[in-house]
Amino acid sequence: MSDRKHIYLDNGASTRTAPEVVEAMQPYFDETYAVASSQFSHTPGILAREGLDNARKIIADKLKAENPDEIVFTSGGTEANNLALKGLAWAETGKKRVICSKIEHNSVLHSAQWLAKKGLIEIVTLDVDGEGFVDLNQLEDLVTDQTLLVSLQHANHEVGTIQAIEAAAQICKKKDVLFHTDAQFSFGWLDIDLSKTPVDLLTVSAHRIHGPKGMGALYIRKGAALEKMLHGGYHENNFRSGTENVAGAVGFGKAVEIITPNQISTMKELQQKLIEQIKADIPGIRINGPEDLSRRVPNNVNITFDLVEGESVVLHLDMRGIAVITGSACFSRSLEPSYVMMAMGFTHERAHGSIRFSLSRYNTPEEIDQVVRDCKEVVESLRKISPLTR
Amino acid sequence: MSLPYSQKVMDHFMHPHNVGKMENPDASATEGSPACGDMVRLYLKVNEENKVIEEIKFESYGCASNIATGSIITDLAQGKTLEEAKKISWKSANEALGGLPAVKVHCAVLAVDALKTAIENYEHQNGLLKDKVPTDEKVVMKRLSRVINPLAGLDVVQTKLVRECAIEDHTVTVYVELPEDHQFANNIREEIIERIEPLWDVNVVKIIFRGK
Repeated sequence: MSDRKHIYLDNGASTRTAPEVVEAMQPYFDETYAVASSQFSHTPGILAREGLDNARKIIADKLKAENPDEIVFTSGGTEANNLALKGLAWAETGKKRVICSKIEHNSVLHSAQWLAKKGLIEIVTLDVDGEGFVDLNQLEDLVTDQTLLVSLQHANHEVGTIQAIEAAAQICKKKDVLFHTDAQFSFGWLDIDLSKTPVDLLTVSAHRIHGPKGMGALYIRKGAALEKMLHGGYHENNFRSGTENVAGAVGFGKAVEIITPNQISTMKELQQKLIEQIKADIPGIRINGPEDLSRRVPNNVNITFDLVEGESVVLHLDMRGIAVITGSACFSRSLEPSYVMMAMGFTHERAHGSIRFSLSRYNTPEEIDQVVRDCKEVVESLRKISPLTR
Repeated sequence: MSLPYSQKVMDHFMHPHNVGKMENPDASATEGSPACGDMVRLYLKVNEENKVIEEIKFESYGCASNIATGSIITDLAQGKTLEEAKKISWKSANEALGGLPAVKVHCAVLAVDALKTAIENYEHQNGLLKDKVPTDEKVVMKRLSRVINPLAGLDVVQTKLVRECAIEDHTVTVYVELPEDHQFANNIREEIIERIEPLWDVNVVKIIFRGK
């Protein structure tokens, strides 16, 4: 390991908890640690309840939800996605068809596959094009009156593709079908206006926007009938039992509160700089995901370096203090290349050579310069020993 | 902090030995393919008199385990006779590296296979075979089951890209179920030729693309 300062570019996986967030959470560990209770309880419980409700209101306002009660806190994006799909499938509506894209997060795909195996739903998948976009005409064709749910992610976790969820939600509304969007990779960075967009269920996550891990939420539009997944006491508007994670919720609220338009433009500038500099300095590269950056989530860059394998690139960069990930089979526990890239029609080779750089507001232009210099050296050295180099 | 790899693996990965292309090798072999995510090409120069491996080099497209195994296996084989080098197993490479993660075995086996195949190719080409098994359909298909179909990441026999071959008068004809102008046609042609040409009784390898 070098003595150099670490450069963290895996913010798509998780982010640094903002110091303001840690500070806001602290009193809920050593002062206001009571269970958030009803308004007829003791003072410590009421104070905890106020912290929780305030956080709920911040999230609801950010989404322009009608009522804070529509926000159900969960242990994260994965639980929120599980609740959306399982809660609905268990509600015995008589409808079985669930439509989702092939590049949804595994918490959606694996929930759907499990439900299908149990015979509770039937999955119909939407294809994606070479940049990861679904075809709304295909969606329109597939939505029937027997459709239980359409689940379409807002932004993709690997290649950053932003789906047209407003239009997709309108298609579903027109056909009176429930619409869920997994916004855990976009919430905070992209605007979502639930007063205008007829989304019924929406997943958000705290730790991708500098909030704490183990914290997420599912927005459930009033009237949507979902079964509980976790049974016990009456919590979270009776959608999820379990003592509330007040500190986590407060941290989530703070993380949302402190996002500024400036931070987002900083991320966009770094994103553009990284792509342009790699394009200019390193030959034999391919951009994975949308070329048009306005259609790409601001923290995501995904690039394939031809003729080299991603795990080797990741390990070399790690030795230089740079944290990134790859879609290569050698990096995954399953030893399969990225299913997202396979669905996009990429060759295995393109997936194996792909590197995801995910940025945050804590990154600097100097770090980007360093990353491009190191990438160039590493890729050149690996190409030198590659039998594919002609 | 603990990385999944031993210090020895990291040393060989960061600074691989015996790496690069060899001009005019006496024998060579390629194992794996870009589609699998791992590929090794290995080159040998062999002393004709005493059959000692005088020079050995490898090239790798692959992960850390793949590169490190290529490096250690070439270290182990250098200076050995072909008979001695044949005995270098995956196990000896793994031991010399201080152990690889179990999940990475398949990436590392490729380098061992490449060494074995290169030696085998040398024996075929230099009349050193003990049992001269005449090349038949079975021999050809067995060799082709190491050629990867880049469309599927599995071999060309299993994926039915090659269903048939013919052997006549030291000429092997392989039928490939792909159109001749397919983007991978050239790669597949080269890989098939590389696999079949070294066989001791084969003079010509013909590839016929007959897919639509």
